[in-house]
Amino acid sequence: MEATKQHIDFYGEVRDVLASRSCSEMNACREAALRTFSEQGFPSPKVERYRYAKVEADFSPNYGIALAPLGGKLPPYCFRLAEADPRVRVLYNNVADATDSIVALSTMLSVDTLVVHVPRGVKVEHPIQISNILKGEQDTMVCRRILVVMDELSEADIIITDRAASQSRFLTNQVVEVVMGNGSHLSLYDIEETHLLCTRYNSVFVRQGRDSSLHHTSLTLFNGHTRNRLDVLLQGEGSEVTLGGCVIADKMQHVDNNTLIDHAVPGCQSSELYKYVLDDSAVGAFAGRVLVREGAQKTSSNETNANLLATRSARMYTQPMLEIYADDVRCSHGSTVGQMDESALFYMRQRGIDEREARLLLKAAFITEVIETIPLESLRDRLHVLVDKRLRGELSKCEGCKLCG
Amino acid sequence: MLEVKNLHASTGGKEILKGVNLTVRDGEIHAVMGLNGAGKSTLSNVIVGHPAFEVTQGSITWNGKDLLALKPEERAHEGIFLSFQQPIEIPGVSMVNFMRAALNAKRKYQGLDPMPAGDFLKLMREKRAIVELDSKLASRSVNEGFSGGEKKRNEIFQMAMLEPKLAILDETDSGLDVDALRIVAEGFNKLRTAETSAIVITHYQRLLDYLKPDVVHVLIDGRIVRTGGPELAAEIESRGFDWIIKGIKD
Repeated sequence: MEATKQHIDFYGEVRDVLASRSCSEMNACREAALRTFSEQGFPSPKVERYRYAKVEADFSPNYGIALAPLGGKLPPYCFRLAEADPRVRVLYNNVADATDSIVALSTMLSVDTLVVHVPRGVKVEHPIQISNILKGEQDTMVCRRILVVMDELSEADIIITDRAASQSRFLTNQVVEVVMGNGSHLSLYDIEETHLLCTRYNSVFVRQGRDSSLHHTSLTLFNGHTRNRLDVLLQGEGSEVTLGGCVIADKMQHVDNNTLIDHAVPGCQSSELYKYVLDDSAVGAFAGRVLVREGAQKTSSNETNANLLATRSARMYTQPMLEIYADDVRCSHGSTVGQMDESALFYMRQRGIDEREARLLLKAAFITEVIETIPLESLRDRLHVLVDKRLRGELSKCEGCKLCG
Repeated sequence: MLEVKNLHASTGGKEILKGVNLTVRDGEIHAVMGLNGAGKSTLSNVIVGHPAFEVTQGSITWNGKDLLALKPEERAHEGIFLSFQQPIEIPGVSMVNFMRAALNAKRKYQGLDPMPAGDFLKLMREKRAIVELDSKLASRSVNEGFSGGEKKRNEIFQMAMLEPKLAILDETDSGLDVDALRIVAEGFNKLRTAETSAIVITHYQRLLDYLKPDVVHVLIDGRIVRTGGPELAAEIESRGFDWIIKGIKD
């Protein structure tokens, strides 16, 4: 309760600054969000979708807030919300679950929204990279909004990276809204490489039109406390979604992925594979719900969560869920939690590979399956390298980042 | 030279080896024969340091070094290789990465730099040809989806890459058809040098026809009960083990 009140008070203090720096679409949503947040407060673990998160504790430390709007020149297809097409601007906060108090908090406190808008029929040749870099001496809360609008028959690859360039405490509350028009194709990558003092709440909401396809990959390479929510609504027939997830965590890291794939119409396909490698005392959670609504015939869906626990003190909570209200569907779901394959370890050692290297090869091999599903070849190669470095403990600063040099 | 003296070993609290004595000089090939459960695979596993087996008594030295004090990977670096009875599948680890890691680990142990990528791939190609291993197999994950025969050929391929001084072939002939057996055996013979020694564990004469052992041992109930020349293997092939077991009891 204390943290809730603290954030409501905080909003009161910065309301005028936000209003003056922000655009009308964003300002128009704030008071309703405040009401939602005030009524619900931070969700307790009794709320189903927050069972494995410690929201109140995550939001308790006293953070300053970053209130600078987006600056500089934005690359092609990227806009500030105020400068985007009016047709796009009205979509702000219409895709996200406005009843969720974490989303509501973001709506109250966000100052700007980055829009990626790909017009009808345009195939964006090079990937669009959105780099979020946390930097500063003070403990800081960052509220970020991203709105992706793919018009009909458009195609794009978008890579969102989260990094931290200084050793302060950071709390990120990011909301990403994605609207996919009929026949559009999007590959969306979300890569977190922060540090132990970073807490991240990332909520992604996608609506897919007819015959659209989404490939989403979430990678947690390094973090502190992370909670990723991903909701995909298949609302156009013939749409397809592939969700991939990779988590590498050790020390006291905590990674919670919570997904929902909503088959609202017939003839859609979904496929989901999340893999975790947990070492030391890391804690992982995966809750993935696939909902096949009444009338959503000819649905095809499979969901897998596979986990490798390298120590006895690592913990994994896994909860694959399948709810079917139609009778002509093909669906599967399952999860596994396993340990290192001792016979494979010995086989490698007999060939001269030392135990540490053998363990590392097995962990990388476990994760490889997810990375191999990534359509973008250059990124795939890069990620193999990053995963290897991460497992070797060489990922101390952002790779190839000028700011962290 | 490998010297096994009064070796006792157990697994899961059960004693399997009950005092094995065995000396293998450089360049010699020794066959170890015996019924299932006699301890043949335990002997090979103990020599390479499998953690599931505990040595309770006795010693193993390799060129004067106390082998039991070395980790499995160190024994490999010292030139000891086991061709597994059941090679392990490792999904996600490619043969190329696996062999590169193994070869470079050995080079590091010897104080050498890692082998340049070009040289390494050339070596892979050369050694693959010796056991007629398909290039497609070499680009796949370790043993994943390989047939029984391909797995055994892959063992000999790895041996070719690592050039051991002592090779232990644990039932390398099991599950092989006549042609595959010939390829594996001839491959092994091509790879031998005058110093290479081997311990060949088998139930059958077939493999020994190719490998021509110098010494044949019969292992029964955890002890070597009879040692002879190649004629002993031929006799076992025709008469089985009963007469030997009977001889012990009498």
